[in-house]
Amino acid sequence: MKKVVWGLIVLLVVLHQDFWLWHRYEPLLFGFIPVGLAWHAGISVSAAVVGWLAARYCWPNDVDVDDNASPGGQASGPFDH
Amino acid sequence: MAWNSGQIAVAVIAVYLLVLIGVGVVSNRVFRGTAADYFVASRGIGPFVLLMSVFGTTMTSFAIIGSSAEAFKGGIGVYGKMVSWSGIFHSVCFFLVGVRLWSLGKRYGYQTQIQFFRDRFESDKLGLILFPALVGLVIPYLLMGVIGAASAIEAITAKAFVDQAWAGKNGGIPFWMGGAVVCTVTIVYVFMGGVRGAAWANTLQTVVFIVLGVVTFAVIANRLGGPVKATQQVAHYNPAHLKLGADTADDKVYEERMAEFEAGTSPIKPKHPVQIPPLVFMTYMFIPFSVAMFPHLFQHWLTAKSAKSFKLMLVAHPLLMMLTWLPCVLIGIWATSAIMPGGGASVIPPDFANANAVLPMMVNKLAPTAIGGLLVAGVLAAIMSSLDSQLLCVGSIFTNDIVNHYFSKDTLSDRTVVVLGRTFVVAMAIVTYLLSLWIPGTHVFRLGVWCFTGFASLAPLVFAALYWKRATKAGAYASILTAAVVGLFLFYRAYQETGLARGEEYLVWGMMPVTVSLAASTLALVVVSLLSKPPRPQTVDRFFEARC
Repeated sequence: MKKVVWGLIVLLVVLHQDFWLWHRYEPLLFGFIPVGLAWHAGISVSAAVVGWLAARYCWPNDVDVDDNASPGGQASGPFDH
Repeated sequence: MAWNSGQIAVAVIAVYLLVLIGVGVVSNRVFRGTAADYFVASRGIGPFVLLMSVFGTTMTSFAIIGSSAEAFKGGIGVYGKMVSWSGIFHSVCFFLVGVRLWSLGKRYGYQTQIQFFRDRFESDKLGLILFPALVGLVIPYLLMGVIGAASAIEAITAKAFVDQAWAGKNGGIPFWMGGAVVCTVTIVYVFMGGVRGAAWANTLQTVVFIVLGVVTFAVIANRLGGPVKATQQVAHYNPAHLKLGADTADDKVYEERMAEFEAGTSPIKPKHPVQIPPLVFMTYMFIPFSVAMFPHLFQHWLTAKSAKSFKLMLVAHPLLMMLTWLPCVLIGIWATSAIMPGGGASVIPPDFANANAVLPMMVNKLAPTAIGGLLVAGVLAAIMSSLDSQLLCVGSIFTNDIVNHYFSKDTLSDRTVVVLGRTFVVAMAIVTYLLSLWIPGTHVFRLGVWCFTGFASLAPLVFAALYWKRATKAGAYASILTAAVVGLFLFYRAYQETGLARGEEYLVWGMMPVTVSLAASTLALVVVSLLSKPPRPQTVDRFFEARC
């Protein structure tokens, strides 16, 4: 699934170059949003869908930290003491 | 006696700022008095407040005033350049960088970016070059906020105090007073509640500017005879503004409409068709990587209660951007061809040069007076939700990375760190305010665009720190120094060639300058890392093998 999500991100980057719509504004979405603007609004919505897929299927399983593992407020690295 | 529009705006601003102070007071009641609580809210912020605080922090006045101004000048292209690219890459940065940094931050107790980089790159002195780079890039950003807020207040409160000698332009609240009030209110709630106060205030402010944007859009669309009619007007007078690329047909329409205007048969003076070069449109994609290195965003990420708190942000951030920008971009486009209801004059006068005043003018002429007052609350919300986080992060960097680390060898008590943090927040706000009175505003806004380029050029550092075991201390120094040298060189060239004039985009080989500085800093990082001694195995273990 990780590859699918990465593939979708690359696809969105490619689709962002909407040169096939650059020289027209029709059809107008809902009668008032030019097709180029509607296309890019669609990219925003698609980015949200890809974000959902990433959160649902590609969530890293090594990022959650037990509250007891935290040293609290102060940094604990070798270069912080 | 009936209040005029300026007086209503003053009342709305006063109520809004009092509510923000109230948020500061409430957040102060749950403040635990520790440095971890002041700087990272004891890592207890849930998904919704995290989303709203991060979104509010990344949106500035540009999202409301600037978006409509750019659409008025150049058409729909601003959405693709700024919003849909950010929709893709902001979420990528939140997922790849934000979640990992939160995890490491919680595990090892980091409160600032510099603590993490010092540790990861095994260099105690790394902070000494990162500190001026980060703070130097945040300060123009802070100035933009104060200047933007003070200018907006002065413009929207015009006529409120016409009889007063101390009044500003057109009888509004003077610039110096507007800036002082905004800084003071921000100090109050950040001082009292720390990052929790900022996060709560940002949540309120984000709701305010999104709702007001949508309300303003609906009211203006209605007054123009509905959205369909408003767009039809643009298709008639300025069709190129509805497209990314103008062609010869648009030139022909422009000439015809201009002839009608000059003959006095049309109230609309058409705007000359403009085309965004495809390479510029494409290379705007690198600008959103700046969020990976924003120190104020890093601080908000660390406040998350758990890694799962980021999930909502991945999904909702692109949608909220769309909800904020789309109405403003449409209003900016409609403004090019809008005629006052009932016919007659154009809403925006011909040859109107101040594009940043387009949205306030549309509101003043088309919406009820109260909407004008609410609009300024929306603009202030967008500005202050960035200003608070930036002030807090600069205060945090000064306190934790400079005073406590280099001068006190990390021996200061928790209480002293909080006192110092608050002191630096206040000091930084005062310095920013004084600079805002001294530096010409327009220059700062032009400078602000370069801040994004600077932060994006530093982004390879954080990606390499998290995902490339072979990235070394020498590579990190090389990357930061290269980003600084190349960035400053390009900035100097831009200043020489364009005077940083608005509308004149400085390009390098037809591309956005960020492309070159980002490539150079990446190359320096990779080459120097490969040529230098690898990190110690314990460091690699700490950040990679033993991932939480």
